[in-house]
Amino acid sequence: MKEKAKILDKAGIDRSLVRIAHEIIESNKGTKDICIIGIRTRGAFLAERLTACIEKIDNTKVPVGILDITLYRDDLSLIAEQPVVRQTQIDFDISDKKIILVDDVLYTGRTVRAAIDALMDFGRPKEIQLAVLVDRGHRELPIRADFAGKNIPTSKNEIIEVHLQEEDKVDEVVIVERD
Amino acid sequence: MSGTKTAWTKKDLLGLYELSQEEIELILDTADSFKEISTREIKKVPALRGKTVVNLFYEPSTRTRVSFEVAAKRLSADVINIAAQESSVKKGETIIDTGTNIQALKADTIVIRHNSSGAAALLARHVNISVVNAGDGWHEHPTQALLDIFTLREKLGKIKGLHVVIVGDISHSRVARSNIWGLTKLGAKVTVCAPPMLIPEDIEKTGAQVSYDIDEALKNADAVNVLRMQFERDLKGAFPNQHEYFKKFGITRERLEKLKKGIIVMHPGPLNRGIEISSEVADGANSVILEQVTNGIAVRMAVLFLVSQGKEKS
Repeated sequence: MKEKAKILDKAGIDRSLVRIAHEIIESNKGTKDICIIGIRTRGAFLAERLTACIEKIDNTKVPVGILDITLYRDDLSLIAEQPVVRQTQIDFDISDKKIILVDDVLYTGRTVRAAIDALMDFGRPKEIQLAVLVDRGHRELPIRADFAGKNIPTSKNEIIEVHLQEEDKVDEVVIVERD
Repeated sequence: MSGTKTAWTKKDLLGLYELSQEEIELILDTADSFKEISTREIKKVPALRGKTVVNLFYEPSTRTRVSFEVAAKRLSADVINIAAQESSVKKGETIIDTGTNIQALKADTIVIRHNSSGAAALLARHVNISVVNAGDGWHEHPTQALLDIFTLREKLGKIKGLHVVIVGDISHSRVARSNIWGLTKLGAKVTVCAPPMLIPEDIEKTGAQVSYDIDEALKNADAVNVLRMQFERDLKGAFPNQHEYFKKFGITRERLEKLKKGIIVMHPGPLNRGIEISSEVADGANSVILEQVTNGIAVRMAVLFLVSQGKEKS
């Protein structure tokens, strides 16, 4: 696998998150009833960052949680290497809340489908909106992002890798190509 | 989450003897994640949707069977309970025939409890579906030990370096054996304590130490696992009577008060109050007995989930 291009650097990721934070506040007319929930692993870190951005802009602290969707995947019996199940941490009631679901990359839409199913088992949110750092196309389900850091048309042969300081010691988004 | 890298490969869980430290830790870490599910309003995830789990119990058991049943249902599996006493086993069907018949029903996992040591392993060799040992004779009861270890780890943060005393009928206890394997693999020190007749001769080979004096054994212990004394069946001749046992080995408030530090008290249930443990201790601040029951569900969910992903025959 070889790296083809860097799409976002640290400054680019920061700017995208600040913009998404502004857009969330704008389209929801404030932060009332907003809760942020990130999909493990990298969506969870982005959710934390997004929450900090919103706090800076609006001076309010919105609840933030982490969702592990492993048990809701539709390919559990198909994948060769079985994923490690990690904890879901949502310490607030999501009923009647506006949930901003956060992930790093939006691709087929299957992860988001799983996340929506998982959230519905926690209660009945008023709304679920989707924020992603990168939308790379190739949807297999009728799902779209409400907020996207960057739209990147890709071929299926390419892989988008989001690296974040918290997990990968560096902030960047790169395209790599399968050999 | 401690960054487990090992993947689970086995189709069965037969005992802790054959597991590596990493595999045991993977089960415990997975159980950590599953515990939260039972605190939700909707206590169910779709991980085993469309899978069938058969509880095949040749020995009467309520708590283990119910725990497995609850665990399977919280993973959305379909559960069928077979009490062998009222099944075709009575008509002479062998365990292997019963197993292959269950496999022919396209079930995915058999949870087996049997009074013969090695029954689970025998079954696992003859079917391609998953087999989970829910207690076989005096051999192993892996999920009970896993839930004991899980509870200890949750309470004390780690297993390495702990000193755990197991008191009771060690000779006839699969719970003791599984605990010894699991705890020593994770780096704990284990002392078994009982009247001499109830300690098997070669127990030291397992890595456990032996004591015949409970007060001495408890002195530097972090936890004590109190086994159920089954005076009604296999103790004839091993010890004079229940009262004598309670006096010499029973876990009482007076005994615990003599210790310098706090100690965790575990018991796999059902309790014989006033025989191996006093009511005061069983219901007291040191006791984690009911937490063990709660944790048993998370541990069994983890086991059912992991074996459903494993392909490798033991």
